[in-house]
Amino acid sequence: MTDRPATAHDAHADHAHDDHGHGDDHASHGTRKSYLKGFFLSVILTAIPFWAVMTGAFKDPSTAALVIMLFAVIQIVVHMIYFLHMNGKSENGWTMMALIFTIILVVITLSGSIWVMYHLNTNMMPMQAAVDM
Amino acid sequence: MSDSILKTIFGRLTLESLPLHEPIVVATFGMVAIGGAALLAALTYFKVWGYLWNQWFTSVDHKKIGIMYMILAIVMLLRGFSDAIMMRLQQAMAFGGSEGYLNAHHYDQVFTAHGVIMIFFVAMPMVTGLMNYVVPLQIGARDVSFPFLNNFSFWMTAAGAVIVMMSLFIGEFARTGWLAMPPLSGIAYSPDVGVDYYIWALQIAGIGTLLSGVNLVATIVKMRAPGMGMMKMPIFTWTALCTNILIVAAFPVLTAVLAMLSLDRYIGTAFFTNDAGGNPMMYVNLIWIWGHPEVYILVLPAFGIFSEVTSTFSGKRLFGYSSMVYATLVITILSYLVWLHHFFTMGSGASVNSFFGITTMIISIPTGAKIFNWLFTMYKGRIRFELPMMWTIAFMVTFTIGGMTGVLLAVPPADFVLHNSLFLVAHFHNVIIGGTLFGMFAGINYWFPKAFGFKLDEKWGKVSFWCWVSGFYFAFMPLYVLGLMGVTRRMRYFDDPNLQIWFVIAAFGAALVAVGIAAFLIQIFVSIRNREALADHTGDPWGGRTLEWATSSPPPDYNFAFTPVVHDLDAWYDMKDRKHQRPVSGFRAIHMPSNTGTGVVLGVLSIAFGFAMIWYMWWLAGLTLVGIFATTIFHTFNYKRDFYIPVEDVIASEDARTRMLATQGA
Repeated sequence: MTDRPATAHDAHADHAHDDHGHGDDHASHGTRKSYLKGFFLSVILTAIPFWAVMTGAFKDPSTAALVIMLFAVIQIVVHMIYFLHMNGKSENGWTMMALIFTIILVVITLSGSIWVMYHLNTNMMPMQAAVDM
Repeated sequence: MSDSILKTIFGRLTLESLPLHEPIVVATFGMVAIGGAALLAALTYFKVWGYLWNQWFTSVDHKKIGIMYMILAIVMLLRGFSDAIMMRLQQAMAFGGSEGYLNAHHYDQVFTAHGVIMIFFVAMPMVTGLMNYVVPLQIGARDVSFPFLNNFSFWMTAAGAVIVMMSLFIGEFARTGWLAMPPLSGIAYSPDVGVDYYIWALQIAGIGTLLSGVNLVATIVKMRAPGMGMMKMPIFTWTALCTNILIVAAFPVLTAVLAMLSLDRYIGTAFFTNDAGGNPMMYVNLIWIWGHPEVYILVLPAFGIFSEVTSTFSGKRLFGYSSMVYATLVITILSYLVWLHHFFTMGSGASVNSFFGITTMIISIPTGAKIFNWLFTMYKGRIRFELPMMWTIAFMVTFTIGGMTGVLLAVPPADFVLHNSLFLVAHFHNVIIGGTLFGMFAGINYWFPKAFGFKLDEKWGKVSFWCWVSGFYFAFMPLYVLGLMGVTRRMRYFDDPNLQIWFVIAAFGAALVAVGIAAFLIQIFVSIRNREALADHTGDPWGGRTLEWATSSPPPDYNFAFTPVVHDLDAWYDMKDRKHQRPVSGFRAIHMPSNTGTGVVLGVLSIAFGFAMIWYMWWLAGLTLVGIFATTIFHTFNYKRDFYIPVEDVIASEDARTRMLATQGA
């Protein structure tokens, strides 16, 4: 066996290129500028909710929670664009497809669970029933 | 003083943890110990350790890993089935004055272990094993995308299986049912190690399942042969893709919910407790968000196998290929929209129950479409009733019955009557045995000649088939009747003597299945003995249609000397049709991944880590965790990951095949 040390690529990546005519990956690997942009956006998006909680800017805790959730969602998008280099064209559209599928499942899971647990909580929790009576 | 030292070293583990007071367990342990010692001695005597280590345990070849998954599944099937027959015997005996032979403590462990083992360590490894073996061959690839990850995944699954098996002899297994619902599985009601065995076995095996899902998705998306567009993929590859997407999406939910249960048990959080703001219903909700996709994870690959088998043995292209693909995709999405039907009776109210009842009924539409596609494929086909086809026909009849009882259970008012009854038990065995298990037997009989170069013995295969199928009906039809009479599941003792006859019939069915399993093992043994007579030199014993039949049986390490180019669906049939000439020269050295023992090391460390966590041996848990990270990091510095199969070796094995094919043609 002629063992040969591999370079940066792992074994299979090379072998796939040997004989598979698959489309080349168009995922960009980012530039220093885009990484810095992503980094500063993340820092800002983290700092604002932190500030909001520490200073008690929102009187109502549920408003605060909603605002933090909103910033968290924006944060996720920032990470996907600047750090995971996702766009509609990367990996022949597979990343976008995977993202959409994930969002569908997450929405189903979260909204379904909230819906189901709300009903279960209203109908079944003994504390709740006693208060209602 | 010495007490506290022992406690530090051994945690909860004491001599009393060994179940010496249970004669059945002691006798089993005796048999396992003698059998195991004999096996180890034989392996040492015949000096096969080196062979096993170099050729199998450390192998990153998807074919060998696939076969190892199948062996794991068959071994665990024997354990899971022993549990089943113990339950059947107990329920057939325990009437009137008789308490049967199992005490409640033991019986509850038996039914929990049966469910856990059959789903996680029989059905899952079989499905994963077949996908591992077949998918790269079907898409014309030389291996999966991440060969080392594949080996690692297998060893994590095997580690989980070992942890479950340990619970038989050291301590005990959970007594909670296969989903370990809190509050019963919480620390307050299950303070012993049973639930911890459950948690760590599933968490460790779950890592393997998840990673193998990632691996196969990447393989199918990225490594298809040139020309094989998505709509030219063999249908089994399609179902494998959907199954693995389901694995990747669903298993993290199981991991998270078990992690929360562990936190409740280990550090006293209150996610699922009765007090302190916990809500056990959330566990039920979350575990079924994983649990329902899980049943489709098990059955979709079986659907793929039936599609391949039906079209091969009817000598026709699959009827309605694109409708089959869309039905699979619809099932993939819909499987996320039905989870509440497992707990209609928990009290969600009319609106929620109606929604989930209707989505559940809708899911039977694409499934029914598949049944019709198979029937239309057979219509006017020249059907050969070989073993895989027999299993397929048994599936179509059995699964349709199971599907109909499923739709019945989807009606919430009916479910309120039948919830947790033996009717439900009969239903899910009807679809899992009739769907997944029959599918696996069809797949084993179909692809065995590809994997080993000889067919499986037909006579013993038929004995196994008829015993399994008739045994299934004898074992589970009585449970439908009992369920309609209101008998609930997981009962150890019955007062009403009128019920006994049904349990006796069910026990008879289980005995028939036992004969079926024995006949299956004899079938393999006899086939190995008669391998010369059963040999297949062509690589295409059934007149196959997909690419796995284009290469030799068994395939060379590199699968294909040249990557095939695909022009049509049923690529190999198309190649044969166009009088494709197999290339016999111009070979090149082939770049392949190297074997590595890291997977085995990580598997062993994970067993030790799980064991330490179960018994509260914190020092060992810390040590093994460090070991796991160290091994992983060390492995990243392993640069000897690949090698070239020298061109002489490729020429030698391809010439051997050329000569083999020439003798066939002559």
